[in-house]
Amino acid sequence: MKRKGAMAKGTMTSAHPLPKTMAGTAALVVALVPALAQAAKEYNLQAPVTPIATQIFDLHVYIMWICVVIFVGVFSVMFYSIFAHRKSKGHQAAQFHENTLVEVVWTVIPFLILVFMAVPATRTILAMKDTAVPDLTVKITGSQWKWSYDYLDHGFGYYSNLKTPVAQIEEGEPKGEHYLLEVDEPMVVPAGKKIRLLITSSDVIHAWFLPAAGVQQDAIPGFVRDDWMKFDKTGTFRGQCAKICGKEHGYMPIVVEVKSADDYAKWLAEHKKAAAAAADDPNKTWDVKELIARGEKVYAANCASCHQPTGKGVAGAFPALDGSKIVTGPKDDQIKTVLNGVVRNGQPTAMVAWKSTLSDIDIAAVITYTRNSWSNHSGEAIQPAEVKADRS
Amino acid sequence: MSSIPHDHAAGHGVDHEHAHHPGGITRWITTTNHKDIGTLYLWFSFIMFLVGGVMALAIRAELFQPGLQLVEPEFFNQLNTVHGLVMIFGAIMPAAVGFANWQVPLMIGAPDMAFARMNNWSFWLLPFAAVLLLSSFIVPGGAASAGWTLYPPLSVQTGMGMDLTIFAVHIMGASSIMGSINIITTILNMRAPGMTMMKMPLFVWTWLITAYLLIAVMPVLAGAVTMLLTDRHFGTSFFNAAGGGDPVLFQHIFWFFGHPEVYIMILPSFGIVSTIIPAFARKPLFGYASMVYATGSIAILSFLVWAHHMFTVGMPAAGQVFFMYVTMLIAVPTAVKVFNWVATMWKGSMTFETPMLFAIGFIFMFTVGGFTGLVLSLVPVDIVLHDTYYVVAHFHYVLVAGSLFAFFGGIYYWLPKWSGRMYDEALGKWHFWMTFVFFNITFFPMHFLGLAGMPRRVPDYATQFTDWNEVASIGAFGFGLSQLIFLYAVLKAIRSGPPAPARPWEGSDTLEWTLPSPLPYHTFETPPRVS
Repeated sequence: MKRKGAMAKGTMTSAHPLPKTMAGTAALVVALVPALAQAAKEYNLQAPVTPIATQIFDLHVYIMWICVVIFVGVFSVMFYSIFAHRKSKGHQAAQFHENTLVEVVWTVIPFLILVFMAVPATRTILAMKDTAVPDLTVKITGSQWKWSYDYLDHGFGYYSNLKTPVAQIEEGEPKGEHYLLEVDEPMVVPAGKKIRLLITSSDVIHAWFLPAAGVQQDAIPGFVRDDWMKFDKTGTFRGQCAKICGKEHGYMPIVVEVKSADDYAKWLAEHKKAAAAAADDPNKTWDVKELIARGEKVYAANCASCHQPTGKGVAGAFPALDGSKIVTGPKDDQIKTVLNGVVRNGQPTAMVAWKSTLSDIDIAAVITYTRNSWSNHSGEAIQPAEVKADRS
Repeated sequence: MSSIPHDHAAGHGVDHEHAHHPGGITRWITTTNHKDIGTLYLWFSFIMFLVGGVMALAIRAELFQPGLQLVEPEFFNQLNTVHGLVMIFGAIMPAAVGFANWQVPLMIGAPDMAFARMNNWSFWLLPFAAVLLLSSFIVPGGAASAGWTLYPPLSVQTGMGMDLTIFAVHIMGASSIMGSINIITTILNMRAPGMTMMKMPLFVWTWLITAYLLIAVMPVLAGAVTMLLTDRHFGTSFFNAAGGGDPVLFQHIFWFFGHPEVYIMILPSFGIVSTIIPAFARKPLFGYASMVYATGSIAILSFLVWAHHMFTVGMPAAGQVFFMYVTMLIAVPTAVKVFNWVATMWKGSMTFETPMLFAIGFIFMFTVGGFTGLVLSLVPVDIVLHDTYYVVAHFHYVLVAGSLFAFFGGIYYWLPKWSGRMYDEALGKWHFWMTFVFFNITFFPMHFLGLAGMPRRVPDYATQFTDWNEVASIGAFGFGLSQLIFLYAVLKAIRSGPPAPARPWEGSDTLEWTLPSPLPYHTFETPPRVS
């Protein structure tokens, strides 16, 4: 918490040209901050881990103290009046009802206090908006209901799914330490580097929110917005989607692992290698068992939140796949439905197009899985080549 | 206007005529009497308050513990959405119109509202709108679930419940516009001789300004939801980037309505508090003229701040800075109002009956909401608090401890005049203290949740948020149950309260207190002369 005192002093310097009484108030504020900072820990913003978050934290503390001082001032007067000017004490009502001087004074003073607040806030805004000259650019895409991270400088990317087991959410199993804020693959970035974030969405509006980094940016379909962050230290930091985005809105965590430059380089190398190895041979013919095993995973990560692990869907909202006409019907129809999504009246529905999200093999696998699960027993194996043929 | 001479003549000078209005249910369906319509509005809003309250309790029950226990996430989102819509359009706004119906004609010495039949219609649209809105729960796909702000593309995805919501909003908007036209016409044309604009009670002023705001912004909302409707069903792409539209456009239009809407919900409450405080301080309102100007400034500024609800959409720095400055500026007239109320109390001769308790509670807690509003106006801080529970705490401090507290105060204050019977002071005080304490237990911890990073509109949360959520849920049930005291206190007063004198409050000086209690069915058939 040492940093906070220093920053508050910075704010003071900026306040210097303004009237003395205000500077006095601010000095009082600064004096009180370190003493109460520890007590306020559980009642304040998350500990900041980027320079911007630190500025935000200090700005908030500074503003809060100004508010507290005004609040105590105004309500001391009111409660004194409630105590002293009551009929039961025989207090006679005065009949004054205006005083131009007083009214002008208490219009001007709040205005000046606002100037005091606006100056540091404006400075931070300008710093937050400066996304120029990044060391690394990561594209973040929100989709119902997961985030994906594309490392544009290195040509690979991946999805980051909620890792908390369903049993902990729905069946009252003991909750883990990072319940709902844990993912299978976190975003990984190096400490001390300026990371530019390009944020967008593939369906509805989401918001990428990492409180400790002082970043929240809406992910808007059809538009790319940018933001940036630069971590002071290594560690794992957690957040989640902040904009309501449908039924799994509460289950869309964000985990960022900040590594040292060396560890990051190692991670990058491993990841690139793994990405290359995972690239499937497009001409391989898969057997049903392999496809079902792979499809089960794809289904759990992408489909089960709506269509349910039981394949029964949610009545009225998400259709059942178990016994569905499409799933038990001609395979090309199902492949096209998964590739292109369902469009009604020219508008995309909750069944989005998966063609850009899932590879041919993943789509082939998940379709094979749905055609051979629950009460569906077609026995067919859908090959990636068939999916490829239906693209376009 | 033709109805006025007619109504006027019907009651004029013929006392027994008063008993000739239809009885039973027909009276309430056909009434054009501003008092009856005021009563209808107030009961309707109270019923909707309970309906929205039950939804809030379901939400709080689910959030008592992490994990999913009671409701599915999909239904949780529906509850959240409809809770907001019901409370705003069904409870707060109609309650304010109910007060206007009762009090505006009485306070300016008019016999009734200018358009008495339109007044009937503007009320009777509401129950149908409410039925549409609530019936969306039983259609396929359930009710609207995109949050009360109905942001596309999410709101384009959902089922026909969304369409019912859109039509309900249209109808409620039409009702509000008609009500506003009526209030403006009444105030501008039907004031008693000698009642100049600057002599009008502040409640009348705040409602005059509110009515202009309503007429300005309800059509904007209607436009926004209609665009949503055509995007949903007729292939337009206002909000669909793939068709050349922009999802953020909706947010701009919505909040151009939405921010003035915030003041629509609070200005009549300012008026009520400005009436109650002088009455119980036995001292004239301090700075009447500056109160009028402050209200006007707030109304004008309210059209220039909408994008502070959208600081995270990624607007340019210039946009953020502009909307931050203008938003901060609203703190000035708001502060002036608080100072004026405190100055009115200063050196008064105060007593603390229930209306005064609610008015003081209002000032105290509205100021908390005002300060958190100031904190949120600062873009950098908003970035880490946007869409978190801090925002939920903030707007409940201004809308519940603000608007609702003023309405409770207003009911206790005017009920003796309206019904001719006193309420039970002990019950009133119980209601106040229980409401005050449980309100803070419910909503104060939400500031901490928001600061710690808990997003709003989630059915489930990380375990570090558990303690404060438990506290908030307990508080919510206490708060909900406390409102039954209010219902009991009001029913008891109406049925068996002791008769109220014509002027039960020593310091009250507006025109309605010159009339007998209970009020005759028709009042001010001959306008009073205001000196």
